[in-house]
Amino acid sequence: MSWTRFFRRSRRDTDLRRELQSYIQIETDENIARGMPPEAARAAAIRKLGNAGRVREDVYLMNTIAPLDMLWRDLRYAARVLRRDKAFAFAAITSLALGIGANTAIFQLLDAIRLRTLPVERPHELVEVRISPDTSRGGRSGSFNGRRPMLTYGIWEQIQQRQQVLSGAFAWSSVRFNTQPGGEAWYVEGLWVSGDFFNVLGVRPIVGRVFSASDDRRGCVDPGAVISHSYWQSAFGGRPDVLRHSVRVNGRQFPVIGVTPPGFFGIDVGRMYDIAVPLCADELLLGQDTRLNRKNGWWLSAAGRLKPGVTPEATRAQLEAVSPAIFEATLPDVYAADERKKYLGFRLTALPAASGVSSIRGDFGDPLVLLLGISGLVLVIACANLANLLLARATAREREIAVRLAIGAGRRRLLGQFIVESALVAFLGAALGVAVAHVLTRVLVAAISSSYVSVFVDLTWNWRMVAFTAGVAGIACLLFGVIPALRATALAPTAALRSGGRGSTASRQRVGLRRALVVTQVALSLVLLMGALLFVRTLYNLTTLDVGFHGKDVVAVQLMHPTLVDTDEQPSAVRRLILERLAALPDLRAAAEVAYPPLGSGGWNENIWVSGSDAKVLANFNQVGSDFFKALGIALVSGRGFGEQDMRGSTRVAVVNDTFVKRFVKDGNAIGRTVRVETGPGQPERKYEVVGVVKDTRYADIRDEIDPLVYLPTSQDDEPGNIMRVVLTPRTSADRIVPAVTRAINDVNPAINLEFTVLERAIQVSLLRERLMAMLSAAFGLLAGLIAAIGLYGLMSYTVARRSNEIGIRLALGAARGRVLRMVLADAGLHVAAGLAIGIALAVAAGRWIQTLLYGLEPSDPATLAGATGLLAIIGLLATLAPALRAARVDPVTALREE
Amino acid sequence: MRKRTGAGQGDMLQGTLDLLILQSLVLGPAHGHTIAHAIERGSDDVLQVEHGSLYPALHRLEDRGLVASFWGTSENNRKAKYYRLTAAGRKALVVETTRWEQLVHAVGRVLKSATE
Repeated sequence: MSWTRFFRRSRRDTDLRRELQSYIQIETDENIARGMPPEAARAAAIRKLGNAGRVREDVYLMNTIAPLDMLWRDLRYAARVLRRDKAFAFAAITSLALGIGANTAIFQLLDAIRLRTLPVERPHELVEVRISPDTSRGGRSGSFNGRRPMLTYGIWEQIQQRQQVLSGAFAWSSVRFNTQPGGEAWYVEGLWVSGDFFNVLGVRPIVGRVFSASDDRRGCVDPGAVISHSYWQSAFGGRPDVLRHSVRVNGRQFPVIGVTPPGFFGIDVGRMYDIAVPLCADELLLGQDTRLNRKNGWWLSAAGRLKPGVTPEATRAQLEAVSPAIFEATLPDVYAADERKKYLGFRLTALPAASGVSSIRGDFGDPLVLLLGISGLVLVIACANLANLLLARATAREREIAVRLAIGAGRRRLLGQFIVESALVAFLGAALGVAVAHVLTRVLVAAISSSYVSVFVDLTWNWRMVAFTAGVAGIACLLFGVIPALRATALAPTAALRSGGRGSTASRQRVGLRRALVVTQVALSLVLLMGALLFVRTLYNLTTLDVGFHGKDVVAVQLMHPTLVDTDEQPSAVRRLILERLAALPDLRAAAEVAYPPLGSGGWNENIWVSGSDAKVLANFNQVGSDFFKALGIALVSGRGFGEQDMRGSTRVAVVNDTFVKRFVKDGNAIGRTVRVETGPGQPERKYEVVGVVKDTRYADIRDEIDPLVYLPTSQDDEPGNIMRVVLTPRTSADRIVPAVTRAINDVNPAINLEFTVLERAIQVSLLRERLMAMLSAAFGLLAGLIAAIGLYGLMSYTVARRSNEIGIRLALGAARGRVLRMVLADAGLHVAAGLAIGIALAVAAGRWIQTLLYGLEPSDPATLAGATGLLAIIGLLATLAPALRAARVDPVTALREE
Repeated sequence: MRKRTGAGQGDMLQGTLDLLILQSLVLGPAHGHTIAHAIERGSDDVLQVEHGSLYPALHRLEDRGLVASFWGTSENNRKAKYYRLTAAGRKALVVETTRWEQLVHAVGRVLKSATE
């Protein structure tokens, strides 16, 4: 059997036809020559030749590759069937496209943030070097900066010196860089990188050069910056003389020395870096405050490339072996005794980093897996619906099938044809689904991006995506196509022909199957609806949570400038001037300094002792101006707030929250007690007298429990840094005061950098994950409920149609129409009830998977369960109402005449 | 799928028809009609072939390279497809003929001993 013959089969058939004609002509000629009349001569010739059609068929079969040929014919037939039944084709293809599209889109995101390897050389050799999570419970305190503060500069230096298992190592810190000289800040995605960052990753510049080890030496004077291809395009319009320009990073100019290729986004999956500068530049920006010297300044991550032939185990072993020396050498002096012990117990380890590290992976990885499960279930429900439709069609085509079986079509042949039909539907659905996914992924990325977090993910297709989509389409096809096909062809032709549409045994079995499908649909829909309601309520709980202060419209502004630093006895003149100017603004009700604006996702905590108890406890801290409580409407419970009398040098005072009193003060009277903060050896003692108690507020993250909180007055801050944060409560609206405040601060000094945060908006952003889950799961849940309702409607309509004779007889014999109505409703109710019962069990069992994503309610929350059940019951009732009414309106005369 | 063979009616052994076709082409190229009649006549009308069944056999032989075909004009001016033996066909004819004779001989011996 050869391909050339296969492709020439129709030409050879023509040839054969001519050859056979030629035979008939010659034979006819001879017959005429023998004296036969022409008509008879031709007839005799044809008789002599025999069955010409069969000869041609035989030769054709010899030439063709039969299965392929049959497949082609089946495909054409299937296309004809679909074209003829447009409603079915539309329903089937759209529902599959939506199902497959949703699955593909979510898988694509998951692939992009979880599975994809970094676009660098030999990514599988990359390992992240970090403190083993097993050894690092506690023991790391100090200041934390950047998105992955895993190591200090000191530890990184030590790793560089002592490790021998990596062919190259590098450190980085992913942050935002302000590119404005003063006024309102404009941030771009920044990377602090060690000298070998690009070289070890194997990233070659497309313009200029990348850093080398010599660019990142302590005390560097004029370091350059490497920019990404996308920043080159957006900030420099891709101009070729970019190397003659410079970029501004946090107030300092860095000459551009090179551009990285378009595919390279950095090492943080989910972000596209804009500007990279060497670590040594930190000293140029922060002076003596530099994190290069701070032994408790956590801001770096490190990674490296395995030497060829060195196993990950050997690498881990070596890193562990050098760990004691490394941590001995870098121990921060300010650490107290048990913190020291923990710190010295740290061990370094190497974890695979082929797919990079990601800050969005943790936030969205699990929710995406869950969403993939949810969209998978929706697809299963949609497939059940399609199977249902196909079973209904099989009933309609029963006679056709019976006739074909009767005239000798093999069952396998028919089965093949049915499966080809389903495969065609699945293929078209998948093709359309890819288009749906294309749109949906972009919508999803936009949904998880925000002005604060711009999410960049590589969404190009790869073999995993193709395999996934093909796999999903294939499974879908099996789910909805094969069982109906098996059922449709499993009938004795005689029975089908005889029964004449009156429900043969096979079709009764099919109804059983359809019932099972509908029950499954209801059950799965309940699980999805339950999940959706849980997520929606979680979002509701979080958005309506009492945060303890006037959150609406509060704006936090962060000012950054060297003149804000002050070490004199008096608080900074610039700080006071700014507060005075702000207080004079007519649009502002109040302005108050604060170290950590509430719910700004930053904070600090310390170990303390409260007088009257020996127990060391952990409490959150904040530092606020005297107007803070008034500005945010935090009510005083007892004692006083901060005031003019709390100056540097006077008694150090503190205000605590309700929870502090409840948790740490047995007799409930906190005023006058002393709070002592644990300090390292050689550090001055820190103690504060509690002068007031205020109501509880939420601290850093809205989801956190309310913890004990100690407020200290900014007026007693000995060393204000170059950052000042102020909360503003506007009289008008948040947006109106931003320009006014900007102007007021510009008047003081135009070089001061400003960044505004509308609290309400920041809270919304922090609830992005919950919003995404609520929106998508609600959409999927409703979709599932709708599909299940359609399935139920279809089944009940079909049953009513089939039983219209029987119903006619009942009515003719005097049954009340109400009774018929009840009968149909009860039949449907049975299915719904069975589905709900199974669904409840499934939902309760599946609940533990989403426990961590919920807030303020349990996964098996009875009210939610009741709500979901009720909702689905109503949907079910509505879906049944039309068929039930139709049944009750059956005209006995018509119904019986149809017999 | 059902298997159909082009062996034609009767109990003509598979391959026998091929042998007869090859033999009929020994004297020179011929078209299907001639071949069919030649086989019938040559066997004194014992071997009745449904003439149509000849064509799949010819087709098969052509595929195996034992015969080659060309379009020509018949003796009474009709277009017809002619077949001729190829070198491989000649060789195959010799081999197959020998094998056939051995078979006939063997069968004959068995039948003879059975009747004795």
